[in-house]
Amino acid sequence: MNVHASPDPAHALTPSGNLRRRMVTSRAVVAVTVLAAALAVSVLFIIVYFVAQRGASQISVAFFIRQLPLVSYGKVTGGIGPAIAGSVEIVLLSTLIALPAGVLTAIYLTEFAGARVAAPIQTALELLAGLPTIIAGIFVAGLLVAHYGQSAYAAGLALSIVQVPLIARTSIESIRRVPASLREAADALGIARWRTITGVVLPTAAGGIVTATILAIARAAGETAPVLFTSSAFGTPYQLNPNQQVPNLPVEIYNLANSLNPTAVSDAWGAAFLLICLILLANIGARLWLRRSERKRGL
Amino acid sequence: MTSSWTSSGSSPNAAEGQRATIRPRLRLSTGVGADALTEPTCSPTPTGAQVVFRAEQLAVSYGAKRAVEDINIDIHRNEATAFIGPSGCGKTTVLRCLNRMNDSIPTFALDGKLLYHGHDLYGPHVNRVEVRRRIGMVFQKPNPFPKSIFDNVAWAPRNLGMKDDLGGRVERALRAAALWDEVKDRLRASALGLSGGQQQRLCIARAVAIEPDVLLLDEPASALDPIATASIEDLIHRLKDRYTIVIVTHNMQQAMRVADRTAFFSLDEHRVGTLIEYDRTETIFSRPADPRTRDYITGRFG
Amino acid sequence: MPVRLLSARVSSLASFPQLSNRRQLERLNRLDARAGSALRWLALFGGAAVFLALMAIVYQVISGASLALSRYGISFVGRRQWSPAVGRFGALALLYGTLVTSVCSVAVATVLGVAIGLFLSLMAPRRVAAVVGPLVEMLAAIPSVVLGLVGIYLIAPFVLNNIEAPLHSVLGFIPLFGPPGTVGNSDFTASLVLVIMVVPIIAALSRDVFLTVPSELREGAEALGATRLEVIRGAVLSTTHSGVIAACMLGFGRAIGEAIAVTQVIGNITQISHNLFAPGDTLGSLIANQFLTPVSALHTASMFYLALVLLVLELATMLLARYVSRHFGSRR
Repeated sequence: MNVHASPDPAHALTPSGNLRRRMVTSRAVVAVTVLAAALAVSVLFIIVYFVAQRGASQISVAFFIRQLPLVSYGKVTGGIGPAIAGSVEIVLLSTLIALPAGVLTAIYLTEFAGARVAAPIQTALELLAGLPTIIAGIFVAGLLVAHYGQSAYAAGLALSIVQVPLIARTSIESIRRVPASLREAADALGIARWRTITGVVLPTAAGGIVTATILAIARAAGETAPVLFTSSAFGTPYQLNPNQQVPNLPVEIYNLANSLNPTAVSDAWGAAFLLICLILLANIGARLWLRRSERKRGL
Repeated sequence: MTSSWTSSGSSPNAAEGQRATIRPRLRLSTGVGADALTEPTCSPTPTGAQVVFRAEQLAVSYGAKRAVEDINIDIHRNEATAFIGPSGCGKTTVLRCLNRMNDSIPTFALDGKLLYHGHDLYGPHVNRVEVRRRIGMVFQKPNPFPKSIFDNVAWAPRNLGMKDDLGGRVERALRAAALWDEVKDRLRASALGLSGGQQQRLCIARAVAIEPDVLLLDEPASALDPIATASIEDLIHRLKDRYTIVIVTHNMQQAMRVADRTAFFSLDEHRVGTLIEYDRTETIFSRPADPRTRDYITGRFG
Repeated sequence: MPVRLLSARVSSLASFPQLSNRRQLERLNRLDARAGSALRWLALFGGAAVFLALMAIVYQVISGASLALSRYGISFVGRRQWSPAVGRFGALALLYGTLVTSVCSVAVATVLGVAIGLFLSLMAPRRVAAVVGPLVEMLAAIPSVVLGLVGIYLIAPFVLNNIEAPLHSVLGFIPLFGPPGTVGNSDFTASLVLVIMVVPIIAALSRDVFLTVPSELREGAEALGATRLEVIRGAVLSTTHSGVIAACMLGFGRAIGEAIAVTQVIGNITQISHNLFAPGDTLGSLIANQFLTPVSALHTASMFYLALVLLVLELATMLLARYVSRHFGSRR
């Protein structure tokens, strides 16, 4: 006689047998997943809160424009103007390299490459995506800085190594999502391949590519390791000559944070607040942009 | 060998059966209004068979869109009931209501009453897991787990703590699903290596391994070839003694072959799925009361 | 509406340009052929640049390390001492620090990340997941230097006072929980910072893997009277474990490669200590800390050698993750 035979149909539909115990375990695990997600979200808010609490009071027009005092901080608060300008410059240089390289790679992999050629490039792209950023820095340090000294160009090149896989990957995804029917329609009309790519495929995938570029810019703006050895100017006045090292936000924060001077540390919080605001806004903006462009395409 | 399964499975003795027969009916009599019995096209003659499911003015909506409405039906114990009708008329929706598989759809909403042995299936204290433990389901597409054949069948009994004689239980389930002879030498092989028909019978074995009360079959043979279909139909015939079976099918001959009763679903004047006619299978196919049923049946057969 | 928009785009291409005679058509065909092959070569150039960049990185790191390579050979990896002042270099202590911090952080991050992945893919209502998912991903967008700043001034003191000191006083007999340092810079703090960086990666990747589980499989398990946990174990994890393992390995790859945030909180003392609360150093953190102030050519070359060790470790991890996810993928 089996003790586990079907429950009596007359029994109410409440847990029978070992179900009560199983429900407890199951609910406990569900609770753990909820707690884990809540923990991650609260860590994000705690970090943003602390940075804002310590950094927001620093924010002023003067802070954005002035430069850091060269020698001793004393009681004089500095500013991060030169670092903002320098960051804009090196990220611009980096994006000028990475955007065409990333999009061209994506076009090659999706439109032209045969399986045999695509495989090594695809693998290289994946490996580059996981490359420690400090190695991008040390690579350019050995390649350029050892011979020509630090420069905005070197920093831009190092950052572009971080950006290319980000842009290429998302571009590949959004190009692959261009409906095949559209491409076939163009082929059926006898339109040349390059016209289809530039006139139909790329404009349709543009939403994804723009999103990827914004995210890549946000990422590059916050990267320290690639620029630490390639453009480590710190506390210098405005300097935009790309042949020389330029000050920039991440290196500024890195150095200010390591100094023991309280004034410098509060400047670090101010710069960190600015950086985190820009990056989070770029992230939110990129997501909204993507959603909007996908809705427009009916995807 | 199948007899060993049925004998151990249909263990409730006469007294228990008697009690189970009476209790729900008493409850029903208090809850059911007269209108359910006066529904014209629905004349399930209560011949003393026990009612497993009773739907009263059942309606289902997804968001603002109504999918089915006006469903009144009694489904009887140890019978096979077939749901037939054109596609998109809500057969599967109603079937999935019977073991609350629609709950995971966020916009799903149910109106009316759905009783299982007199219990409100959508009542406040109903445990969904318990519902599905009693009311098993086999899907249109065979969906074995990527585990061994043995583990596929043993998985649910293990969860339920049915650990005594697990090997015997798996064997009985596989025999009940008429699969034992084909797989007894390779129980440790992956279930994904089986043919489509074998996979579907494995899914049936998986469902009967925990000895549910009801088996819901959602077009179980639609993805299979004729030979596999025949063996599944054969199986349904044999499982009927032990289980209450509800089967959705788009194949009318299949309904004629396996079902004791047949429910014909179609779209009503608002283009919402509804139950048109429900009767004994031979009545539905020989002298349907509703012209729409007749059109559908004759349309198919020429 | 969007379809019409797109087909308008196609037909505008077709109507351009107006062809009036045969010569124009020939010229157009020639132009098309030339532009087509130009685009093809340009795209090939972009693809080749990616491949060559990786080759160049490997080459440059090896050639930068040549002095140390010829001096120490492979024994560099097994040498424990790193003393620029006396000109002795070895990778062992840094390799140890890297592995300790990465393994500890990935162990914790796996539990949290997989739990979050499950929450986002299977538990949360769609609207909740649409908000929480991006928030978790944004945690990964916080720059490491900002996380390091938070690490120095908030996490390290907090960890010192609330975790390291109490744990040491209660469980001090366990070697792992030795005496903490003075400011909270330690392998433990570094691991904690790494957890924050790795969790969003494992969460996002494992969520994507869980979303690939066909709903029929989950429904099949549900229809057998399985609880949520049983559905997850039987139908979800059993079909996706290789993807989850790959996700964790990619998280590990991120952890070993992080230099800046780690160097800010680990204390930068090159030593092998069983004490998690003692300061340490990793491959990346040492390079970040010393590369700009080398004391000798051998010092610089040795740091390139460390980068080479890190690169090999990273590439091996990435390739293994790829292999696992492709070859042990669900057999469906």
